[in-house]
Parts: sequence; C-alpha cells; structure tokens
Amino acid sequence: MSEVMEYDVVIVGAGPSGLATAIKLKQLAEIQQTEINVCVLEKGSEPGAHILSGAVMDPQALTELLPDWEALGAPLKTRVVADEFHFLGSKGSYKLPHFLLPDCFHNEGNYIVSLGDVTKWLAAQAESLGVEIFSGFPAQKVVYGAQGEVIGVETGAFGINKDGSLSDGYQPGMEIHGKYTVFAEGARGHLGKELIKQFGLDNEADSQSYGLGIKEVWEIKPELHEEGKVIHTAGWPLDRHTYGGAFLYHAADNKIFIGMVVGLGYENPHLSPFEEFQKLKTHPFVARLLEGGKRISYGARAIAAGGLNSLPKLCFPGGVLVGCDAGFLNASRIKGSHAAIKSGAMAAEAIAQALQQGRQRDVLSTYADLFKSSWLQAELHKARNFKPWMNKGLIIGTLMVGLEQKILRGKYFWTVHSRTKDAAKLKRASAFPKIQYSKPDGKLTFDRLSSVYLSNTNHNDNQPVHLRLTDPKIPVMHNLAHYDGPESRYCPAGVYEFSEEGGDKKLVINAQNCLHCKTCDIKDPLQNITWVTPEGGGGPNYTSM
Amino acid sequence: MNALVIAEVKNKEVKLSTHATITAALKVSQQVDVLVMGDDVAAATSLIASLAGVRKVLGCTDGKFKHLMGEDVASVVVSIAKAYQFIFAPANVFGKDFMPRVAAKLDVSQVSDVVDIIDQKTFVRPIYAGNAFITVESSDEIKLVTIRTTSFSTELANVAPVTIEQISTPALFAKKEVLSVDEIKNDRPELNTAKVVVSGGRGLGSKENFDGLLIPLADKLKAALGASRAAVDAGYVQNDLQVGQTGKIVAPELYIAIGISGAIQHLAGMKDSKVIVAINKDKDAPIFSIADYGLVGDLNEVIPALTARL
Amino acid sequence: MKVLVCIKKVVDSNVKIRVKADGSGVDVTGAKMSMNPYDEIAIEEAVRLKEKGIATEVIAITCGDQGSTETLRNALAIGADSAVLVETGMDLQPLAIAKTLTKVNASINADLIFFGKQAIDDDSNQTGQMFAALNDFPQATNISEITIADRVAIVKREVDGGVENVKLQLPAVLTTDLRLNEPRFVTLPNIMKAKKKEIRVVPNAEVQMTNQSRLTVKNYFEPKGREPGIILSSVEELVEKLKNA
Repeated sequence: MSEVMEYDVVIVGAGPSGLATAIKLKQLAEIQQTEINVCVLEKGSEPGAHILSGAVMDPQALTELLPDWEALGAPLKTRVVADEFHFLGSKGSYKLPHFLLPDCFHNEGNYIVSLGDVTKWLAAQAESLGVEIFSGFPAQKVVYGAQGEVIGVETGAFGINKDGSLSDGYQPGMEIHGKYTVFAEGARGHLGKELIKQFGLDNEADSQSYGLGIKEVWEIKPELHEEGKVIHTAGWPLDRHTYGGAFLYHAADNKIFIGMVVGLGYENPHLSPFEEFQKLKTHPFVARLLEGGKRISYGARAIAAGGLNSLPKLCFPGGVLVGCDAGFLNASRIKGSHAAIKSGAMAAEAIAQALQQGRQRDVLSTYADLFKSSWLQAELHKARNFKPWMNKGLIIGTLMVGLEQKILRGKYFWTVHSRTKDAAKLKRASAFPKIQYSKPDGKLTFDRLSSVYLSNTNHNDNQPVHLRLTDPKIPVMHNLAHYDGPESRYCPAGVYEFSEEGGDKKLVINAQNCLHCKTCDIKDPLQNITWVTPEGGGGPNYTSM
Repeated sequence: MNALVIAEVKNKEVKLSTHATITAALKVSQQVDVLVMGDDVAAATSLIASLAGVRKVLGCTDGKFKHLMGEDVASVVVSIAKAYQFIFAPANVFGKDFMPRVAAKLDVSQVSDVVDIIDQKTFVRPIYAGNAFITVESSDEIKLVTIRTTSFSTELANVAPVTIEQISTPALFAKKEVLSVDEIKNDRPELNTAKVVVSGGRGLGSKENFDGLLIPLADKLKAALGASRAAVDAGYVQNDLQVGQTGKIVAPELYIAIGISGAIQHLAGMKDSKVIVAINKDKDAPIFSIADYGLVGDLNEVIPALTARL
Repeated sequence: MKVLVCIKKVVDSNVKIRVKADGSGVDVTGAKMSMNPYDEIAIEEAVRLKEKGIATEVIAITCGDQGSTETLRNALAIGADSAVLVETGMDLQPLAIAKTLTKVNASINADLIFFGKQAIDDDSNQTGQMFAALNDFPQATNISEITIADRVAIVKREVDGGVENVKLQLPAVLTTDLRLNEPRFVTLPNIMKAKKKEIRVVPNAEVQMTNQSRLTVKNYFEPKGREPGIILSSVEELVEKLKNA
C-alpha cells in the first residue's frame, strides 16, 4: 500500500446517519474552536444514488441537528395531511377507524420526502461545513491496528478485470486512517457485519431480523392525487404467516411512492417478494390509483427491523456503528431516518469529546450512554416487541401491538425475544405448494428486468463478480434441490438465474443488475453468498428515491 | 423558396444519403439544387441531374478534392448560400463535418439530425440518443438542416436530366491536408453501420452453437454479428459485439434476434431497427412483443433451415 | 503548447430520462449529472499530451451554472491544470457557446482546442466545428489517434468505412471519438489536489452570451413504443416475409 490518508474521523457511507455524524462533528469543532478533519466515503456515484426509503420522515432529529433546516432549503416540503390504515382482503379492503390507529401509525407533523433528495441536501450541508465527501469510493476492508483496534478502512481498487488480472487503468485501493472510524453503511453493511462478528457485538442481542423493501415511484392522474396523504396497508397479498405491509404516499407533483416491505423471515421458499409487490398493485384499492399513471422509477433495499432487542453493542475499539448499520430503525413506525440522524449526532458528540481529551482508537462508551438516556432509546423501547409479535403472524401481531400501544401506551414490562436468523427460517420447498404468479401486464405489473432498468443500475462489465459464493456447488446441490432455488425469487433485481446447459442446471449471477439491497447476503439458506463492494460508483443511480 | 442539397459522393459513386437528403429538401421547397463536389464527379453529376425533383446540379471539381475536406465544402457552400433559404445535408460523418462550419460562417443556427419535417420552419429531431424528441422552430433566414438518412426515402424516380452548371472553386483551405484514407476491408460489416444484424443470445446454449448457427446465416446475409449481454456474459462472444443499453446502439434495416429473450436493456440497443425478426423457443419471450415477425421453434432446426433457404 | 478542453455537464449516461407529462421539457430534477463522456475522453487525451511532455498547460472550460463547477473539478482531478467557468443560467445553443469560447480563448490563445464530438443530451454535434469556423482553424472531427510534432497535429479520423489520416497546422480543433482512449480512474489524492486548483469564473456580462432566440423548442415527446407484429408458423413464411421486406 503506497499511500495512506489520515483524518481525525473517517465515516463509511454518505447516508443520513453518516452525514449527520459529519455535520455534528463540524458543528462541535466550531464550538470547541478546534479543527476536526472529517472524510466520508460513499460507494454510490453520488450521495443519494443508493438511498431508498418510503419515506415519511419525522423531523425531530433533523430539527435538533439543523434547527433552521427550512431556511436552508431542506427538501421536506410535503406535510402529512391525512393518515389511513387499510386491511386488504383478496377483493375488498377495510379501513381502520382513525381512533383505533396505533400511535406508531400516526404521522401528524411528519413529511413525505424522497430520502435520496434529503441525503443529497445533507451532503451539501456537510460539504459547506468543510466535510470531504468522496463519492464512488467504497470502503472495502476494515484496517486493524496492532492491538486489534480499528484504525481505518481500505478503499476498493479500480480496474481489476473479470478474471482477476489488472487492466491498464488499474488503481489500487488506499488506506484511510482515522482516530475514529464511523460505520454508516445502512442495513447489513458488509463491514458492519464483519465488525459485529469480530467484536462479538451481538452476543447479548436477539438475532437481527430483516425486511426487504421494494419501491416504485409513479406519476398518477392529477384527479386521483391527494398530496400529503399517507396510506399503509396490511394483509393481502401476503398470507398471515408472512410479516409485511405496503405503503402509498402521495408526494408532490402528482407522484406517489408505492412500496411493500416483506419480512425476510418468511418460511415459504416459493414466495417472491417482488411478485407479491407486483400483485399488490392489482388490488382494486391500489389499481384504481395507478390507473392511467406511469411508473417512473424502481428500487429495493433490505431494512434491519429487529429494533431494540436486536441492537448490537454500538462501540468497539476505534469505531462505532450508527444508523441502520447498527439497526436503529423503528419497525413499528417503519421509520429509520430520524433514528439514523439521531444516532449519528450522538456518535459525533462522543467522538468530539474524546478528540478534545486527546484520545483515539478506544471504545467510545459515551455514545452508548448518550443513547441510553435519549428519546430514541425510549421510542425504540416502546416499540421493542413490534417485530417479534409480528413474527407470530398478522392477527396476533396486530392485536398485541394494538394492546401494547393503544391500551398500555407502551408501558408494559414484557419483552418478546426472537433468536432465529432469517436465513434459518426458510423451510423446504416440498412443504408448500408452488405459488403461481401471473405474468406481468406491462401496465400495472412488470418483470424484474424492466424494473431494474428504471433504477439506472450499472456496473463496469469487466470486473469480478461482487456476489461471492463460499461454495459454488451449494446453489444447485442444496438451494435448488431443497428450496427450489429461492435466490431466483427473493432477489428483486433478477441477479440470480438457474439456467440449463446440456441438461445440467447452473446458477448464473448477473451481477451488473445488483441493486445493493443485500437480500442474498441475508436470506441465502446456508449463508453461502457474501456481498462485497463492486468497483466504485457501480450500482443503482436512483433519482429522488 | 430555394433549397440547396449537398451531395455525398465517394469513389465517384453517389451515396444513397444524397437521395434521402433530396427527399427531405423536397418537403420544404420545389426548387432544389444539388451541389456535387469532388475530384472527378462527372458521372455523379449526370446521375443526380436525372433524379426527380432536382432543379439544377452545381458541379464543383478540383483535383485537390480527392479527399474532400469539410473546410472546403463549407467555403463553397457559403459562397453560394445567399441564393438559398434552405441548406440540407445528411447527418452522417460527411454532413456533420462541414454543416456547423457553414452555420457559423453564415451566423445562423443548425438543426441536426432531423427525422421529420412539419413545415418550412418546424422540424423534429431526437435528443438523448433517441429517448426523447423535440419539435423545434427555426427563426433564421437560412435554415440549415442535417437529416437522419434512414428517416427519408431514397426512392427517387429517374427523369430527363436537368442543367448541370459548373461553379468555380474558391481559395482552398491551406492549414489542413488529408494524407490518406485507410479503407477498412472487412468481410463482415461493422456492427454500428451494418444494414443487417444477426444477433444471438443465451438461448443458443453454447459458444459452439453461437458460432455454428449464426456465422453461416450472417455470412449469407452479409450481416454484422451482435449479441445480448447474457451471451457475452456466458462467454459465447467478445464484449464488443454486445448490443444494448451498455453496449452498442444499432438501427439496421433488418435485425434478427436469435435466442434472445429481449430484456429491456437489450431492446434499448436495437428498438430503432427498421424490421425486427425474433426467433426463440420460448413463446413468452418479451422480444416477441416488439418484433415485426416472430418464429417459435428449436434453434438447432430453424436456423440451418433459414440459412439454407435464403 | 496550451491545450483548451471544452466540456459540458450532462445527465449521467446511466440515467434514463423522461419527458415531463405536459411535454414542456425533460425531467432532470434530482438526476445525477456527469461530465459528457466524450469530453472526459478529451480531457484524458489532453492530460496524456501533458504527461508526454508535449502540452505545457491544460485548461478546462465550460459554460453553465454553479453546478458545473463539479464537472470542472472532475476535469481538474483527471489532471487539467486550471479551469474556467463562464457563468450563465441560460440554456445556450451551440452557436452561442462557440462564440463565447472564442471570446474567452482570445486571452488564452490555445494551440489545441479539444471538444467531445457531441454532447449526449442534445446530440447536436456542432460546437467544435462552429468554434473552428469562427476562428478559421482547421478541424478534425471524430478522432481516434493523435500525434503532435512541429506545430502540426497528425490525427486519425473515424469516417464511414475507414480511417482518414489528416495533418493540421496548429492552432487546431479536434473532436474526440470513443476509441481515442479510455479515461483513467480518478484517485483520492488527485481529487484532493483538484480542490486546490484554480477555477476562474467569467461572469456572463463579460462575454454577453445570447442565443438570439434562433431555435425555439415547441414541445418534447417520447418515442412511440413498437407494436407487436405477427408470429409466423414456418421458416418458409419467414423467408417470404424477408424477401418482401
């Protein structure tokens, strides 16, 4: 390694949590009248390119971080004006009376936003404070010091050919060292995953549970559009054993954000989250809104939904986890951006304090302490049983969440634990009949590839596949044999296909379609697939997702 | 209203782009003159003089025009431009080279790559590689237009020849010289410019099948070979044959897609082809939704049969 | 030898554009913007000339809003020495840009002026040639190779069915084609260096750019999708159709 760059703080990921950390650090440096050098590495081609969220944003944490966000032009423009919750049956729908709506589904004071736009704006704020953001530079490896402490990261190389040889334009990665390194990669960050294992951060936590969120943006007929209206649904097309639900947000400019979250703890290997979402759009309740409209973008991203019970330890020597890399999302409110910003700001406080004391590369326990006494901890504590209850099915889940939130107002003393990994919950294909999904009609429903097309995804062709198989025989011998090849269904981008060549089945990995959602890394039955960073700048180029 | 068309002549031969440009010019004017430049254009001028719709042919010959330079074409056009309200040229390497020079010298704008003509000042042209079109109105006194040659007919009737007038050569541009031209003698046409493209996908099953089935067909049709991304990824062919969003964008007269399912990423690279034929064993393949002619069947039988009968 | 490279900020080539529902324009809100890919090739070539000791200075220039600064920074990170932003909020047409660049170049006096052969947004393919004509410079469009010696440039041009070998006296205008080179990956240290390089801002008032409303876009629309054709039942039928097509 020829060159090393040194910073006070290195942040991996220019999402809401990473950028909040960076902004707060600069603000504190100014108060302390010191200089804190901050750099942010982002694997996407620009901040926001890989961000995908519903999103209804609770502005609480943003207001704490940047109180004059409105004057600074933050793209929080569409206030929530109406809130609805519908249970969908196969034909009809039942609207939950507003007074029965659990607190977690109330959105007064919140905003319908594109989190991609918010991220871009946060990046501009950070840069104006002197933060250096390097887009298109993924952090590929954690760099450890002599005592095993984290001292920084190594960026990915450029110009490695498909066969592993080096092209003429080859540029090696660089080590970037920091007094502290902040991991803000989002759910199932590939470095976060390594660090959790390396430092045993989740030894005392429940296993993390994930969901796959799939989203489309539609431009609909003006007469059907009600700006500021928020709708959530549960029920059809998912069966009651599968955790999940859908959202329909009426954003500005006749756009609606429609999406579905499917819990990745699902058991039936025949299930396809992508097809379930396509099916959702054929429900009369949804279809009438989309009628005559046009789909303009598509994307998918896994979320960490385990909440407080699954939250790993946040600190380890030399670094911290923030945002969804740790798992701060409040699954009951299906909101994480406020938690991401709050966690980043708290991490920044702990880091600034340590730097002022002349410390480096130690355990920032102040961050964990700040969290314990924060409103975020209280909020997540109240919601701690949401996902575990929902894992028990929609009916019990709804009843128990309703009881906890509506009647007991969050003041209950029990905690439901969940110790099985999502990958292990998959049952054999033979235990279920195949699910027959209808062919896409090209109007309401689409196939994977025409969907991926709208995500502006691209990867340099001539690079090694960034979805690594530990054992190349497992996809056919195990996954296909016992689970009917679930990767061809859970991947929302059509990356995995089983093809037949001369009677032999073979897994084809179309890595260039990858949306970086991380579902394969989570759901592969034997955890045989490892997502690693592709060449910098690869992946989706979401516009206002 | 007079229109001037600049003819494209190569190796004494009139290129069909000239016919298309005349067709386009006739949409705005019935007084269409054609300028022909070159070192030996006698045959070309008399051929053009017999094309229906041409009012007059202007010949401009000079031994130094063996390799015609855009700078010289521009100065000849500028020298006669005042007599015209429209100047038309093909939007290919030839026309794109000199027309902007003419525009700058005359201080007018140019409308590039026109695919449709609405009226004497309103033109339609693609932007963003054909992903959008604009209808654009020109307020210039001389309208400079380059046209997409595939959008206008090259069928012009032969009539009694009109006058051929020789015009003088202005001072030649001295600061540039064409040293030589290396013609690429390729048995197989280039993918980008081929009239016929035979393209294969993963449905062919192997590199052996790709070569064994497609090459004889392509040879017979004098076609360029193309491939889908899946076929490239499967190692059947090199990356430079890839047609699609991240590969080459082609628009031949005939595109034959064999064993290609038709992902939108591939369609983005060939959807502007004039005639699309799809051959696939899967009757539900999306490629059939955009093909003019589809054939469902076993490629190992259909393709050799097709090659034999063509 | 001074090299001027004229560049443009465009919607990134990976981003699928969409015409606004009312046909008033292309919706580029929030879309990722990048340097026009042909311009990136032009910058790369200019920097290579400098690395070979042929060029002494590489200057990148663009006309646009403040957002174009990012594009210039990218050019500086590839290796341009300095940059000029002619600041305007107007959507300028090629002729206006060529005139503006002529004005700015009067004080630069570049020996070699590079353009990308076309911008991937409006696909006009005009600005380089117009600039050459306004200055009476020789031009070579679509170049795929270049050598410089004794105030002469020898280049290969990609023409239909072959390659043209052309000799130009400097100062000359070159427009780049895809095969000229493969732009390098920018490195973090070079991005850092680029932040310290000079970007001179020329206010519009100084050059007085205007389109003189020559071309007016009446409306924007998307291409019609293809309709499905017919499924034939035999090879014979297909041969018949092809013969008549």
